[in-house]
Amino acid sequence: MSTMVGSQAIIRCLKEEGVDIIFGYPGGAVIELYDELCKTDIKHILVRHEQGAVHAADGYARATGKVGVAVLTSGPGATNGVTAIATAYCDSIPLVVLTGQVPRALIGNDAFQEVDIVGITRPCTKHNYLVNDPEQLVPTLREAFYIAASGRPGPVLIDLPKDVIASFIAYPEQKETRMQTYQPNVKPHPGQIEKACKALLQSQKPVLYVGGGVILSDAHEELTHLARTLNIPVTMTLMGLGGFPGTDSLSLGMLGMHGTYAANMAVAKSDLLIAVGSRFDDRVTGKLDAFAPDAKIIHIDIDPTSISKNVDVDVPIVADCKLALQAINACLEANPSFSPQEIASRHNAWVEQVNEWENKHPLAYQEEGDIIKPQYVIEKINELTRGDALITTEVGQNQMWTAQFYKFNQPRRFLTSGGLGTMGYGLPAAIGAKLAYPQLDVIDIAGDGSIQMNIQELATAKQWGANVKVAILNNNYLGMVRQWQELFYNRHYASTVMEHTPDFVALAQAYGAVGLRAKTKDEVEPVIKEALATDNVVIMDFAISREEGVFPMVPAGKATTEMLLV
Amino acid sequence: MKHTLSVLLQNKPGALSRVTGLFSGRCFNIESLCVAETMDPSISCLTLVTRGEESVIEQVMKQLHKLIDVVKVTDICENEYVEREMVLIRVKADAGTRAEVLRIIDIFRGKVVDVSANSYAVEVTGSESKIKAVIDILKPLGIKEIIRTGTIAMARAPKNR
Repeated sequence: MSTMVGSQAIIRCLKEEGVDIIFGYPGGAVIELYDELCKTDIKHILVRHEQGAVHAADGYARATGKVGVAVLTSGPGATNGVTAIATAYCDSIPLVVLTGQVPRALIGNDAFQEVDIVGITRPCTKHNYLVNDPEQLVPTLREAFYIAASGRPGPVLIDLPKDVIASFIAYPEQKETRMQTYQPNVKPHPGQIEKACKALLQSQKPVLYVGGGVILSDAHEELTHLARTLNIPVTMTLMGLGGFPGTDSLSLGMLGMHGTYAANMAVAKSDLLIAVGSRFDDRVTGKLDAFAPDAKIIHIDIDPTSISKNVDVDVPIVADCKLALQAINACLEANPSFSPQEIASRHNAWVEQVNEWENKHPLAYQEEGDIIKPQYVIEKINELTRGDALITTEVGQNQMWTAQFYKFNQPRRFLTSGGLGTMGYGLPAAIGAKLAYPQLDVIDIAGDGSIQMNIQELATAKQWGANVKVAILNNNYLGMVRQWQELFYNRHYASTVMEHTPDFVALAQAYGAVGLRAKTKDEVEPVIKEALATDNVVIMDFAISREEGVFPMVPAGKATTEMLLV
Repeated sequence: MKHTLSVLLQNKPGALSRVTGLFSGRCFNIESLCVAETMDPSISCLTLVTRGEESVIEQVMKQLHKLIDVVKVTDICENEYVEREMVLIRVKADAGTRAEVLRIIDIFRGKVVDVSANSYAVEVTGSESKIKAVIDILKPLGIKEIIRTGTIAMARAPKNR
């Protein structure tokens, strides 16, 4: 056992956990840690605001599947990170956030830059710690990584008093982390798998309803295999997009409030709903009584609290999605009377019905001469990146249009704040993803409102050569709220008109980035092409039709079959 | 419906606030709460009384179990159980009422734990209904102060063993 300073122990432990990049912002309480950090080969990305650090770590985690790490100082550094921690918590993203704290002797004394961050983040972390005993420093870090990445993933915060970081400790040997009180169940119950298979074999009108759990557990292959073998239509939640190829003929796109007509109709008329890694969120179900009223429901989820929380399910399977889908696929194949062709052809009539709904009301928008339609911009980005880009979004109309019109064929290519709905997520998340995959086209699709919530991170992108592209769908409105005001509040646009918006082209230039602008439809394609060909950070400012809405739309509290269409 | 939950959790700072935070974060009320160390000093036992529909209680129990610091969660009400609560009551006791207070306390098998010129502090243990009964009867005599511990509960041992 070797003896070392706490800061050295932290770095050593981070390396043992496979960390090669950290997003952060220094300050008095973590100055010792930074002193050590700059001596190692772990890359530290200095951001411009702590929220950006945690969002970037989150983007890195979503894109790679690894645990994202952020370092923040005490007090305001820590509180600035809270929104981003809550964002990761709502979407089950594995993060370890290290915050500095005042020395132990000063805790509770209202010391300079002191805040009870463990108390503040208790409800928005999977778990958190205040390290009070220097000898617990390394075991706590190991536990944090284990908790963050296992079971239903989530952010874990560790608060590190300055004197703990500076104390001498004996470095404990590396060993497997086991916890008495935390043993998530990942293996499915064989009896439940059999019940699920029986239901699958009997159903006439099944639908797979896929959420972010499929992406988190890397279960897309197993899911795709099941859907294609049994000829089952697939709809995805916002978080599930990319879990099944968006261009596949069985894909119905997204369901719920801004879901496709076909997806919402299929769920409503199904006789079997197979929910995989999804949690029956209110944006998905609409009015609960009318959600899949005739369907038997199978629900695969790793978190027992998700089961029968909003909707009563018939066959609950508490397990990792990948293991559960593997077990279902294996169980079907082991059945001697199982004939995939027979079942697939039995579902033909249903698939035809679903296709009919798709043809009746496909995702659509009305052309208006020269005016740029936001949906057209997304279609063009999709076309010019061949559906291969890594897309992040902000929150609002930009997010919904992207979810509808970009066809994601791979998992971990669409990063968006689904649960919390955090405006300002997209740019820092894009930077985190770009640093993980420099060769990929990484595009943040933004609104003119939300981009301003973390626009300072353009400097981060420039400093670290993270050449992300930002496509601003600029309507000089807070568009989604404006849409609700138009539909439900007599067009009373209370505080949603952005009466002053910066010149984004000039702003890009001020940061040393490239600014491009499109004012007419025929300028859209050249601007995107130029942006993709430019080896720099680029802002594309698209002046879009100002009062364009997101449709279909299910008004809040209505059944998902009561859609407002284009 | 009333439920008495027994929760075993790590005996360390912050663990209790995770449990109470889970209730307050969902706007559920805790009617009473009692916590102390178990035979294993690293584990505390928490007895908590709350009210809610079956589905709500089931969700609460799952959420409690999800907390990393929680070892075990049981709904004591699911089987036979015993429950006890202790109350300390300071009641007016002057020359005219002293004897009456003592008679009542005797009936409830309570005892006097503090005496002053014009009051008695008495201690009574029992089920929630017994505590309520003693309070109701002493009220007309003039209660000055009441401190209750909240309920603790234990499942009964299986009968046929």
